[in-house]
Amino acid sequence: MQDEPTPNELIKAVADFLRSEIAPAIEGHNAFKLRVGINALDLVIRQLTLAQAADAAEAARLQKLLGTDGSLFELNRALSEKIAKGEIDLQTPGLAEHLWQTTMDKLAVDQPNYASYKREIGTASKS
Amino acid sequence: MIEAELARCVASFRPGATGVTGAAKLSGGASQETWTFDIVHPDGTIGAILRRAPPGFGAAPSRAAGLDAEASLMQLAHDAGLPSPRVLHVLNPEEGLGTGFIMARVEGETIARKILRDEQFAKARPLLARQLGKVAAGIHGLPAAKLPKLRQMTATKEIGDLEREYRSFDWPRPVFELALRWLRDHDPGPSDEVTLVHGDFRHGNLIIGPDGVRAVLDWELAHFGDPMEDLGWICVNSWRFGEIDKPVGGFGSREELFAGYEETGRKVDPVRVMFWEVMGTLRWGVMCCGMMQRFRTGPDHSMERAMIGRRASETEIDLLRLLAPRGR
Repeated sequence: MQDEPTPNELIKAVADFLRSEIAPAIEGHNAFKLRVGINALDLVIRQLTLAQAADAAEAARLQKLLGTDGSLFELNRALSEKIAKGEIDLQTPGLAEHLWQTTMDKLAVDQPNYASYKREIGTASKS
Repeated sequence: MIEAELARCVASFRPGATGVTGAAKLSGGASQETWTFDIVHPDGTIGAILRRAPPGFGAAPSRAAGLDAEASLMQLAHDAGLPSPRVLHVLNPEEGLGTGFIMARVEGETIARKILRDEQFAKARPLLARQLGKVAAGIHGLPAAKLPKLRQMTATKEIGDLEREYRSFDWPRPVFELALRWLRDHDPGPSDEVTLVHGDFRHGNLIIGPDGVRAVLDWELAHFGDPMEDLGWICVNSWRFGEIDKPVGGFGSREELFAGYEETGRKVDPVRVMFWEVMGTLRWGVMCCGMMQRFRTGPDHSMERAMIGRRASETEIDLLRLLAPRGR
Protein backbone atom coordinates (compact mmCIF):
# COMPACT_ATOMS: atom_id res chain seq x y z
CA MET A 1 0.00 0.00 0.00
CA GLN A 2 1.40 3.38 -1.03
CA ASP A 3 1.33 6.18 1.48
CA GLU A 4 -0.58 9.42 1.41
CA PRO A 5 -0.99 12.02 -0.03
CA THR A 6 -2.87 10.42 -2.95
CA PRO A 7 -1.88 11.11 -6.58
CA ASN A 8 -5.03 13.19 -6.76
CA GLU A 9 -3.96 15.42 -3.87
CA LEU A 10 -0.41 15.77 -5.21
CA ILE A 11 -1.53 16.79 -8.69
CA LYS A 12 -4.06 19.23 -7.26
CA ALA A 13 -1.36 20.87 -5.12
CA VAL A 14 0.86 21.30 -8.21
CA ALA A 15 -2.02 22.60 -10.35
CA ASP A 16 -3.07 25.09 -7.67
CA PHE A 17 0.51 26.35 -7.33
CA LEU A 18 0.89 26.82 -11.10
CA ARG A 19 -2.50 28.56 -11.29
CA SER A 20 -2.08 31.00 -8.41
CA GLU A 21 1.70 31.63 -8.27
CA ILE A 22 3.18 30.99 -11.72
CA ALA A 23 0.43 31.86 -14.21
CA PRO A 24 0.20 35.54 -13.19
CA ALA A 25 3.96 35.93 -13.75
CA ILE A 26 4.06 34.50 -17.29
CA GLU A 27 3.18 36.18 -20.58
CA GLY A 28 2.80 35.41 -24.26
CA HIS A 29 2.81 31.98 -25.84
CA ASN A 30 4.15 30.33 -22.70
CA ALA A 31 1.17 31.67 -20.73
CA PHE A 32 -1.09 29.91 -23.23
CA LYS A 33 0.94 26.70 -22.91
CA LEU A 34 0.85 26.92 -19.13
CA ARG A 35 -2.93 27.22 -19.24
CA VAL A 36 -3.10 24.10 -21.43
CA GLY A 37 -0.84 22.33 -18.93
CA ILE A 38 -3.00 23.31 -15.96
CA ASN A 39 -6.09 22.16 -17.86
CA ALA A 40 -4.38 18.81 -18.43
CA LEU A 41 -3.65 18.41 -14.71
CA ASP A 42 -7.26 19.31 -13.86
CA LEU A 43 -8.45 16.70 -16.38
CA VAL A 44 -6.26 14.03 -14.76
CA ILE A 45 -7.71 14.91 -11.34
CA ARG A 46 -11.27 14.54 -12.70
CA GLN A 47 -10.38 11.20 -14.31
CA LEU A 48 -8.82 9.88 -11.08
CA THR A 49 -11.94 10.95 -9.21
CA LEU A 50 -14.69 9.88 -11.62
CA ALA A 51 -13.52 7.23 -14.06
CA GLN A 52 -13.58 4.13 -11.87
CA ALA A 53 -17.30 4.33 -11.08
CA ALA A 54 -18.18 5.45 -14.62
CA ASP A 55 -16.16 2.61 -16.19
CA ALA A 56 -17.84 0.00 -13.94
CA ALA A 57 -21.30 1.28 -14.84
CA GLU A 58 -20.38 1.38 -18.55
CA ALA A 59 -19.13 -2.21 -18.43
CA ALA A 60 -22.33 -3.36 -16.71
CA ARG A 61 -24.49 -1.64 -19.37
CA LEU A 62 -22.41 -3.13 -22.19
CA GLN A 63 -22.63 -6.65 -20.74
CA LYS A 64 -26.41 -6.33 -20.58
CA LEU A 65 -26.66 -4.85 -24.09
CA LEU A 66 -24.38 -7.46 -25.68
CA GLY A 67 -25.01 -10.47 -23.48
CA THR A 68 -21.25 -11.13 -23.27
CA ASP A 69 -18.38 -10.46 -20.89
CA GLY A 70 -14.94 -8.99 -21.49
CA SER A 71 -12.70 -6.00 -20.83
CA LEU A 72 -14.13 -2.52 -21.41
CA PHE A 73 -12.06 -2.29 -24.61
CA GLU A 74 -13.35 -5.66 -25.88
CA LEU A 75 -16.95 -4.78 -25.04
CA ASN A 76 -16.68 -1.43 -26.83
CA ARG A 77 -15.12 -3.17 -29.82
CA ALA A 78 -17.97 -5.70 -29.88
CA LEU A 79 -20.60 -2.94 -29.69
CA SER A 80 -18.83 -0.97 -32.42
CA GLU A 81 -18.85 -3.99 -34.74
CA LYS A 82 -22.54 -4.61 -34.13
CA ILE A 83 -23.41 -0.98 -34.86
CA ALA A 84 -21.28 -1.04 -38.03
CA LYS A 85 -23.07 -4.19 -39.23
CA GLY A 86 -26.49 -2.76 -38.37
CA GLU A 87 -27.19 -5.54 -35.82
CA ILE A 88 -27.72 -2.90 -33.13
CA ASP A 89 -29.20 0.52 -33.84
CA LEU A 90 -31.08 3.33 -32.15
CA GLN A 91 -34.23 1.19 -32.16
CA THR A 92 -32.45 -1.36 -29.95
CA PRO A 93 -33.73 -0.89 -26.37
CA GLY A 94 -31.03 0.61 -24.20
CA LEU A 95 -28.57 1.71 -26.93
CA ALA A 96 -29.41 5.42 -26.98
CA GLU A 97 -29.45 5.58 -23.18
CA HIS A 98 -26.11 3.75 -23.02
CA LEU A 99 -24.40 6.01 -25.56
CA TRP A 100 -25.76 9.12 -23.87
CA GLN A 101 -24.67 8.04 -20.38
CA THR A 102 -21.22 6.96 -21.59
CA THR A 103 -20.71 10.21 -23.48
CA MET A 104 -21.88 12.34 -20.55
CA ASP A 105 -19.45 10.49 -18.29
CA LYS A 106 -16.61 11.15 -20.77
CA LEU A 107 -17.44 14.85 -20.98
CA ALA A 108 -17.54 15.10 -17.18
CA VAL A 109 -13.84 14.22 -17.30
CA ASP A 110 -12.73 15.71 -20.64
CA GLN A 111 -14.57 19.03 -20.97
CA PRO A 112 -17.18 19.75 -18.26
CA ASN A 113 -17.41 23.35 -19.49
CA TYR A 114 -18.38 22.36 -23.04
CA ALA A 115 -21.65 24.16 -23.79
CA SER A 116 -23.45 21.11 -25.22
CA TYR A 117 -22.60 19.17 -22.06
CA LYS A 118 -23.83 21.94 -19.78
CA ARG A 119 -27.05 22.14 -21.79
CA GLU A 120 -27.64 18.38 -21.56
CA ILE A 121 -26.91 18.33 -17.82
CA GLY A 122 -29.60 20.99 -17.45
CA THR A 123 -32.00 18.98 -19.61
CA ALA A 124 -31.45 15.86 -17.54
CA SER A 125 -32.11 17.60 -14.24
CA LYS A 126 -35.28 19.24 -15.58
CA SER A 127 -36.86 16.01 -16.83
CA MET B 1 17.71 36.17 -41.37
CA ILE B 2 14.54 35.73 -43.37
CA GLU B 3 14.30 39.54 -43.70
CA ALA B 4 17.35 39.62 -46.00
CA GLU B 5 15.86 37.00 -48.33
CA LEU B 6 12.47 38.71 -48.20
CA ALA B 7 14.03 42.10 -48.97
CA ARG B 8 15.73 40.71 -52.10
CA CYS B 9 12.51 39.01 -53.17
CA VAL B 10 10.35 42.07 -52.51
CA ALA B 11 12.65 44.34 -54.54
CA SER B 12 12.08 42.09 -57.55
CA PHE B 13 8.28 42.49 -57.66
CA ARG B 14 7.86 45.88 -55.97
CA PRO B 15 10.26 48.35 -57.60
CA GLY B 16 11.41 51.02 -55.18
CA ALA B 17 10.99 48.87 -52.08
CA THR B 18 13.95 49.55 -49.81
CA GLY B 19 13.62 46.66 -47.38
CA VAL B 20 11.54 44.57 -45.05
CA THR B 21 10.87 45.03 -41.32
CA GLY B 22 9.05 43.35 -38.49
CA ALA B 23 9.14 39.80 -39.86
CA ALA B 24 7.51 37.44 -37.34
CA LYS B 25 6.33 33.87 -37.66
CA LEU B 26 2.59 33.63 -36.98
CA SER B 27 2.12 29.90 -37.17
CA GLY B 28 3.49 26.81 -38.70
CA GLY B 29 4.50 23.22 -38.34
CA ALA B 30 7.58 21.76 -39.94
CA SER B 31 6.22 21.81 -43.47
CA GLN B 32 4.23 25.04 -43.73
CA GLU B 33 4.73 28.49 -42.21
CA THR B 34 2.94 31.83 -42.15
CA TRP B 35 4.97 35.03 -41.61
CA THR B 36 3.87 38.63 -41.25
CA PHE B 37 6.15 41.50 -42.32
CA ASP B 38 6.14 45.07 -43.62
CA ILE B 39 7.49 46.14 -47.00
CA VAL B 40 9.29 49.50 -46.65
CA HIS B 41 8.56 51.71 -49.64
CA PRO B 42 8.91 55.47 -50.24
CA ASP B 43 5.15 55.60 -51.06
CA GLY B 44 4.28 54.05 -47.70
CA THR B 45 4.65 50.81 -45.77
CA ILE B 46 2.81 47.79 -47.14
CA GLY B 47 1.63 45.07 -44.75
CA ALA B 48 2.33 41.62 -46.16
CA ILE B 49 1.97 37.93 -45.33
CA LEU B 50 4.24 35.13 -46.52
CA ARG B 51 2.77 31.65 -46.72
CA ARG B 52 5.40 29.09 -47.60
CA ALA B 53 6.80 25.61 -47.36
CA PRO B 54 10.46 26.22 -46.42
CA PRO B 55 13.15 24.89 -48.78
CA GLY B 56 13.16 21.08 -48.62
CA PHE B 57 9.46 20.80 -47.70
CA GLY B 58 7.86 20.88 -51.13
CA ALA B 59 5.48 17.95 -50.97
CA ALA B 60 2.01 18.62 -49.63
CA PRO B 61 -0.08 15.97 -47.85
CA SER B 62 -2.57 14.21 -50.11
CA ARG B 63 -5.62 16.31 -49.19
CA ALA B 64 -3.85 19.64 -49.59
CA ALA B 65 -4.42 21.69 -52.73
CA GLY B 66 -0.80 22.90 -52.75
CA LEU B 67 0.49 26.44 -52.29
CA ASP B 68 0.44 27.27 -56.00
CA ALA B 69 -3.24 26.35 -56.20
CA GLU B 70 -3.93 28.33 -53.01
CA ALA B 71 -2.34 31.41 -54.56
CA SER B 72 -4.36 31.18 -57.76
CA LEU B 73 -7.63 30.57 -55.87
CA MET B 74 -6.99 33.55 -53.62
CA GLN B 75 -6.26 35.76 -56.62
CA LEU B 76 -9.33 34.50 -58.51
CA ALA B 77 -11.51 35.23 -55.47
CA HIS B 78 -9.99 38.70 -55.19
CA ASP B 79 -10.55 39.39 -58.90
CA ALA B 80 -14.19 38.26 -58.57
CA GLY B 81 -14.75 40.90 -55.90
CA LEU B 82 -14.91 38.43 -53.00
CA PRO B 83 -13.29 39.39 -49.67
CA SER B 84 -9.85 37.94 -50.32
CA PRO B 85 -6.30 39.27 -49.97
CA ARG B 86 -4.49 40.35 -53.11
CA VAL B 87 -1.64 38.01 -54.07
CA LEU B 88 1.50 40.13 -54.43
CA HIS B 89 3.97 37.49 -55.58
CA VAL B 90 4.37 33.75 -56.13
CA LEU B 91 7.79 32.54 -54.95
CA ASN B 92 10.43 31.33 -57.41
CA PRO B 93 12.77 28.54 -56.27
CA GLU B 94 15.87 30.69 -56.93
CA GLU B 95 14.74 33.23 -54.31
CA GLY B 96 15.69 30.73 -51.59
CA LEU B 97 12.44 31.13 -49.66
CA GLY B 98 10.96 27.77 -50.59
CA THR B 99 7.58 27.46 -52.32
CA GLY B 100 4.57 29.61 -51.58
CA PHE B 101 3.38 33.15 -52.07
CA ILE B 102 3.21 36.65 -50.60
CA MET B 103 -0.14 38.37 -50.12
CA ALA B 104 -1.36 41.72 -48.88
CA ARG B 105 -2.08 41.70 -45.14
CA VAL B 106 -5.74 42.32 -44.29
CA GLU B 107 -6.22 43.89 -40.85
CA GLY B 108 -8.83 42.29 -38.61
CA GLU B 109 -9.50 39.41 -36.24
CA THR B 110 -9.53 35.64 -36.81
CA ILE B 111 -9.86 34.46 -33.19
CA ALA B 112 -13.42 33.23 -32.66
CA ARG B 113 -13.71 34.11 -28.98
CA LYS B 114 -12.84 37.74 -29.69
CA ILE B 115 -15.16 37.94 -32.68
CA LEU B 116 -18.01 36.50 -30.58
CA ARG B 117 -17.43 38.56 -27.41
CA ASP B 118 -15.55 41.81 -28.07
CA GLU B 119 -17.53 45.04 -28.19
CA GLN B 120 -15.83 46.21 -31.39
CA PHE B 121 -17.53 43.38 -33.33
CA ALA B 122 -21.00 43.88 -31.78
CA LYS B 123 -22.34 45.59 -34.92
CA ALA B 124 -20.74 43.04 -37.25
CA ARG B 125 -22.04 39.91 -35.53
CA PRO B 126 -25.68 40.15 -36.69
CA LEU B 127 -24.49 40.70 -40.27
CA LEU B 128 -21.98 37.87 -40.54
CA ALA B 129 -24.18 34.86 -41.34
CA ARG B 130 -25.84 36.59 -44.26
CA GLN B 131 -22.53 38.03 -45.51
CA LEU B 132 -20.89 34.62 -45.34
CA GLY B 133 -23.79 33.04 -47.23
CA LYS B 134 -23.14 35.49 -50.02
CA VAL B 135 -19.39 34.90 -49.91
CA ALA B 136 -19.87 31.11 -50.07
CA ALA B 137 -22.14 31.55 -53.08
CA GLY B 138 -19.46 33.70 -54.71
CA ILE B 139 -16.83 31.01 -54.14
CA HIS B 140 -19.13 28.34 -55.58
CA GLY B 141 -19.76 30.52 -58.59
CA LEU B 142 -16.10 31.12 -59.53
CA PRO B 143 -15.64 30.31 -63.23
CA ALA B 144 -14.66 26.64 -63.54
CA ALA B 145 -12.48 27.24 -66.60
CA LYS B 146 -10.03 29.40 -64.65
CA LEU B 147 -9.68 27.14 -61.61
CA PRO B 148 -6.50 25.16 -60.89
CA LYS B 149 -6.42 21.37 -60.81
CA LEU B 150 -7.91 20.10 -57.53
CA ARG B 151 -9.06 16.75 -56.17
CA GLN B 152 -12.72 15.90 -56.71
CA MET B 153 -14.75 14.66 -53.76
CA THR B 154 -18.20 13.16 -53.26
CA ALA B 155 -20.08 12.37 -50.07
CA THR B 156 -19.44 8.66 -50.65
CA LYS B 157 -15.67 9.19 -51.02
CA GLU B 158 -15.58 11.41 -47.97
CA ILE B 159 -17.37 8.79 -45.83
CA GLY B 160 -14.85 6.20 -47.05
CA ASP B 161 -11.88 8.44 -46.20
CA LEU B 162 -13.24 9.20 -42.74
CA GLU B 163 -13.95 5.56 -42.02
CA ARG B 164 -10.46 4.48 -43.14
CA GLU B 165 -8.84 7.10 -40.96
CA TYR B 166 -10.99 6.25 -37.94
CA ARG B 167 -10.28 2.50 -38.33
CA SER B 168 -6.53 3.18 -38.54
CA PHE B 169 -6.61 4.45 -34.92
CA ASP B 170 -7.79 1.01 -33.74
CA TRP B 171 -9.76 2.51 -30.85
CA PRO B 172 -13.47 1.59 -30.73
CA ARG B 173 -15.91 4.50 -30.54
CA PRO B 174 -19.54 3.36 -30.73
CA VAL B 175 -20.79 6.94 -31.30
CA PHE B 176 -18.51 7.34 -34.34
CA GLU B 177 -19.77 3.97 -35.63
CA LEU B 178 -23.34 5.23 -35.26
CA ALA B 179 -22.45 8.39 -37.18
CA LEU B 180 -20.69 6.44 -39.97
CA ARG B 181 -23.71 4.18 -40.27
CA TRP B 182 -26.05 7.21 -40.38
CA LEU B 183 -23.91 8.87 -43.04
CA ARG B 184 -23.93 5.74 -45.23
CA ASP B 185 -27.72 5.41 -44.79
CA HIS B 186 -28.28 9.10 -45.63
CA ASP B 187 -25.67 9.56 -48.37
CA PRO B 188 -27.45 11.90 -50.78
CA GLY B 189 -25.32 10.75 -53.74
CA PRO B 190 -23.43 13.04 -56.09
CA SER B 191 -24.69 16.62 -56.14
CA ASP B 192 -26.46 17.92 -59.26
CA GLU B 193 -23.85 20.61 -59.52
CA VAL B 194 -20.15 20.15 -58.80
CA THR B 195 -18.41 23.41 -57.85
CA LEU B 196 -15.30 24.71 -56.19
CA VAL B 197 -15.61 24.01 -52.44
CA HIS B 198 -13.46 26.04 -50.04
CA GLY B 199 -13.22 23.04 -47.72
CA ASP B 200 -12.40 24.87 -44.48
CA PHE B 201 -14.92 27.71 -44.37
CA ARG B 202 -15.08 28.54 -40.63
CA HIS B 203 -13.67 30.62 -37.78
CA GLY B 204 -9.91 30.90 -37.94
CA ASN B 205 -9.94 31.19 -41.71
CA LEU B 206 -12.10 34.32 -41.81
CA ILE B 207 -10.79 37.81 -41.10
CA ILE B 208 -13.52 39.85 -39.44
CA GLY B 209 -13.54 43.60 -38.87
CA PRO B 210 -16.02 45.86 -37.09
CA ASP B 211 -17.75 46.14 -40.50
CA GLY B 212 -18.02 42.38 -41.10
CA VAL B 213 -16.18 39.84 -43.27
CA ARG B 214 -12.96 41.21 -44.72
CA ALA B 215 -11.21 38.13 -46.06
CA VAL B 216 -11.47 34.40 -46.55
CA LEU B 217 -8.14 32.64 -46.00
CA ASP B 218 -6.57 29.21 -46.22
CA TRP B 219 -7.57 27.40 -49.39
CA GLU B 220 -5.46 24.40 -48.40
CA LEU B 221 -8.44 22.01 -48.42
CA ALA B 222 -10.11 23.42 -51.54
CA HIS B 223 -11.55 20.80 -53.89
CA PHE B 224 -14.37 20.17 -56.33
CA GLY B 225 -17.55 18.75 -54.89
CA ASP B 226 -20.97 19.43 -53.39
CA PRO B 227 -21.25 23.18 -52.67
CA MET B 228 -23.50 22.41 -49.67
CA GLU B 229 -20.40 21.03 -47.89
CA ASP B 230 -19.16 24.56 -47.08
CA LEU B 231 -22.55 25.53 -45.60
CA GLY B 232 -22.66 22.39 -43.44
CA TRP B 233 -19.08 22.79 -42.19
CA ILE B 234 -19.59 26.34 -40.93
CA CYS B 235 -22.60 25.09 -38.90
CA VAL B 236 -20.60 22.40 -37.03
CA ASN B 237 -21.03 22.99 -33.29
CA SER B 238 -17.27 22.91 -32.70
CA TRP B 239 -17.07 26.37 -34.38
CA ARG B 240 -19.80 27.95 -32.22
CA PHE B 241 -17.48 28.43 -29.25
CA GLY B 242 -20.20 28.11 -26.64
CA GLU B 243 -22.91 30.03 -28.53
CA ILE B 244 -24.67 26.78 -29.35
CA ASP B 245 -28.03 28.31 -30.27
CA LYS B 246 -26.46 30.27 -33.13
CA PRO B 247 -25.53 27.49 -35.54
CA VAL B 248 -23.49 29.61 -37.95
CA GLY B 249 -20.17 30.21 -36.20
CA GLY B 250 -21.91 31.17 -32.94
CA PHE B 251 -23.14 34.43 -34.49
CA GLY B 252 -26.06 33.65 -36.78
CA SER B 253 -28.87 31.40 -37.94
CA ARG B 254 -29.06 28.95 -40.81
CA GLU B 255 -31.92 31.04 -42.22
CA GLU B 256 -29.65 34.10 -42.47
CA LEU B 257 -26.83 32.06 -44.02
CA PHE B 258 -29.21 30.53 -46.56
CA ALA B 259 -30.85 33.89 -47.35
CA GLY B 260 -27.44 35.44 -48.08
CA TYR B 261 -26.56 32.46 -50.25
CA GLU B 262 -29.80 32.62 -52.23
CA GLU B 263 -29.56 36.39 -52.75
CA THR B 264 -27.10 35.55 -55.52
CA GLY B 265 -29.53 33.29 -57.34
CA ARG B 266 -27.94 30.05 -56.12
CA LYS B 267 -30.09 27.46 -54.31
CA VAL B 268 -29.62 25.91 -50.87
CA ASP B 269 -30.50 22.26 -50.21
CA PRO B 270 -31.07 22.19 -46.40
CA VAL B 271 -31.13 18.38 -46.25
CA ARG B 272 -27.70 18.20 -47.84
CA VAL B 273 -26.44 20.97 -45.56
CA MET B 274 -27.54 18.93 -42.53
CA PHE B 275 -25.85 15.83 -43.94
CA TRP B 276 -22.57 17.77 -44.26
CA GLU B 277 -22.98 19.16 -40.75
CA VAL B 278 -23.08 15.59 -39.39
CA MET B 279 -20.12 14.68 -41.63
CA GLY B 280 -18.23 17.76 -40.46
CA THR B 281 -18.87 17.00 -36.80
CA LEU B 282 -17.49 13.49 -37.27
CA ARG B 283 -14.60 14.85 -39.35
CA TRP B 284 -13.51 17.18 -36.55
CA GLY B 285 -13.81 14.28 -34.09
CA VAL B 286 -11.58 12.10 -36.29
CA MET B 287 -9.13 15.00 -36.62
CA CYS B 288 -8.97 15.26 -32.80
CA CYS B 289 -8.14 11.54 -32.65
CA GLY B 290 -5.49 12.12 -35.32
CA MET B 291 -3.88 14.81 -33.13
CA MET B 292 -3.66 12.27 -30.33
CA GLN B 293 -1.96 9.79 -32.71
CA ARG B 294 0.59 12.37 -33.81
CA PHE B 295 1.21 13.32 -30.19
CA ARG B 296 1.98 9.71 -29.37
CA THR B 297 3.97 8.67 -32.43
CA GLY B 298 5.22 11.84 -34.07
CA PRO B 299 7.95 14.31 -33.27
CA ASP B 300 5.46 16.88 -31.95
CA HIS B 301 5.09 15.67 -28.37
CA SER B 302 3.16 18.75 -27.26
CA MET B 303 0.56 19.17 -24.51
CA GLU B 304 -1.68 21.04 -26.96
CA ARG B 305 -1.90 18.08 -29.31
CA ALA B 306 -2.43 15.69 -26.43
CA MET B 307 -5.26 17.79 -25.05
CA ILE B 308 -6.95 18.13 -28.45
CA GLY B 309 -7.17 14.33 -28.37
CA ARG B 310 -9.40 14.75 -25.34
CA ARG B 311 -11.77 16.93 -27.33
CA ALA B 312 -13.02 14.08 -29.53
CA SER B 313 -15.71 13.45 -26.93
CA GLU B 314 -17.10 16.94 -27.62
CA THR B 315 -17.97 15.77 -31.11
CA GLU B 316 -19.55 12.60 -29.68
CA ILE B 317 -22.05 14.61 -27.63
CA ASP B 318 -22.73 16.83 -30.64
CA LEU B 319 -23.29 13.78 -32.85
CA LEU B 320 -25.74 12.39 -30.28
CA ARG B 321 -27.53 15.75 -30.15
CA LEU B 322 -27.89 15.56 -33.95
CA LEU B 323 -28.71 11.86 -34.38
CA ALA B 324 -30.34 10.77 -31.10
CA PRO B 325 -31.70 13.93 -29.45
CA ARG B 326 -33.17 13.34 -26.00
CA GLY B 327 -36.78 14.26 -25.25
CA ARG B 328 -37.09 17.87 -24.26
